[in-house]
Amino acid sequence: MKDTDFKFFEELLKRESGLIITPEKTYLLESRLLPLAQKQGIQGGLEGLVQKMRGGNASLTRAVVEAMTTNETSFFRDNTPFQKLKEDLFPAFIKSRGAQKSLRIWSAACSSGQEPYSIAMMLKEAPQFAGWRIEIVATDLSQDILAQAKAGVYSQFEVQRGLPIQMLVKYFTKQGENWEVKPDLKSMISFKEANLLTDLRHLGQFDIVFCRNVLIYFDVPTKGKVLSTIKDITKQDGVLFLGGAETVIGISDVFKPLTNVRGVYVRADSTFMAEKSPVAPAPPLSAVQK
Amino acid sequence: MNTCLIVDDSRVVRKVAQKIFEELGFTCNEAEDGKQALEACAKSMPEVILLDWNMPVMSGIEFLQELRKTAGGDAPKVVFCTTENDFAFIQKALEAGANEYIMKPFDKEIVQSKLLQIGAI
Repeated sequence: MKDTDFKFFEELLKRESGLIITPEKTYLLESRLLPLAQKQGIQGGLEGLVQKMRGGNASLTRAVVEAMTTNETSFFRDNTPFQKLKEDLFPAFIKSRGAQKSLRIWSAACSSGQEPYSIAMMLKEAPQFAGWRIEIVATDLSQDILAQAKAGVYSQFEVQRGLPIQMLVKYFTKQGENWEVKPDLKSMISFKEANLLTDLRHLGQFDIVFCRNVLIYFDVPTKGKVLSTIKDITKQDGVLFLGGAETVIGISDVFKPLTNVRGVYVRADSTFMAEKSPVAPAPPLSAVQK
Repeated sequence: MNTCLIVDDSRVVRKVAQKIFEELGFTCNEAEDGKQALEACAKSMPEVILLDWNMPVMSGIEFLQELRKTAGGDAPKVVFCTTENDFAFIQKALEAGANEYIMKPFDKEIVQSKLLQIGAI
């Protein structure tokens, strides 16, 4: 790839999505954008694609950004955050939100939907939340991937990664060779297009935010900006889940690690109850992973 | 070390599965059908059983129903591994006491994910 073409994509992706592409990731540009160029009937590979975009082409720009920012995911990805949610955080929220019985959860950069559906299944499996008003908002930058997430149709391969068989049987129906999420689970989630680099206060305030494996793609100033955006719509006593390889330390002071619960963060001015006193053990939630 | 009994009438499947399980730290034993598998369990009960559905002599589901009736037969974690991917088959397997269910084709990632689900690794 020509240096000027690389520079073009590097600047475009940083500007439009915050994604940082380094020269050693050139292969990613080729593997994701060559099929896109072919699909669009553009001759001359990536060079042809750049030529076509130089004059300003909004739909092509969107397609390039979407192709580069769509990431692999699976049901109950990494498992540990879901265990922490069930064992450490649900009891705390059941206690603190017991009076109003409402909970708002945000799955930021939800990709093809496995994360919000996993959260929805966990909530369904927790009898303590019966009768609660629960809203899961799932956002992504990509319209295409959001449409896929909303459809909730997964291949046999996808439903076998991370999803316990008991949950497949309970929450999915078989459609030919694929599996589709049942309507009552779908109805718990609103899918919305959102760019983490923009003001997202219109989404409202959230109790629990999942933004996992997103910051790793950004440079430090962009990570800081995204964390500030998240802080603006996280309740003062809310919590934030980041990916296993991510942290706020040395990047931003708007969030701080939650004591004793690794990978979970609270606002710097947090009033989250577990910060003041350890949460007393609550009645066990019904097993999700058993 | 964890032990696994691989029950499948296909030599190729047994070989592929054995390689995956050994990479995951298991010692493997093999059986070609449900009857052989029951005999193997009578000698030594494995921790995990990877079980095909359609086999000559005794099917996977018949084996599982028998196994769960025998002394100590409730201990092994049983993972079906079959081309049968209809809802009714999965339901029947779970009712018979299967712990997990793999729809063929499978790879190491799927096996690992399923073993994690049931706490076998």
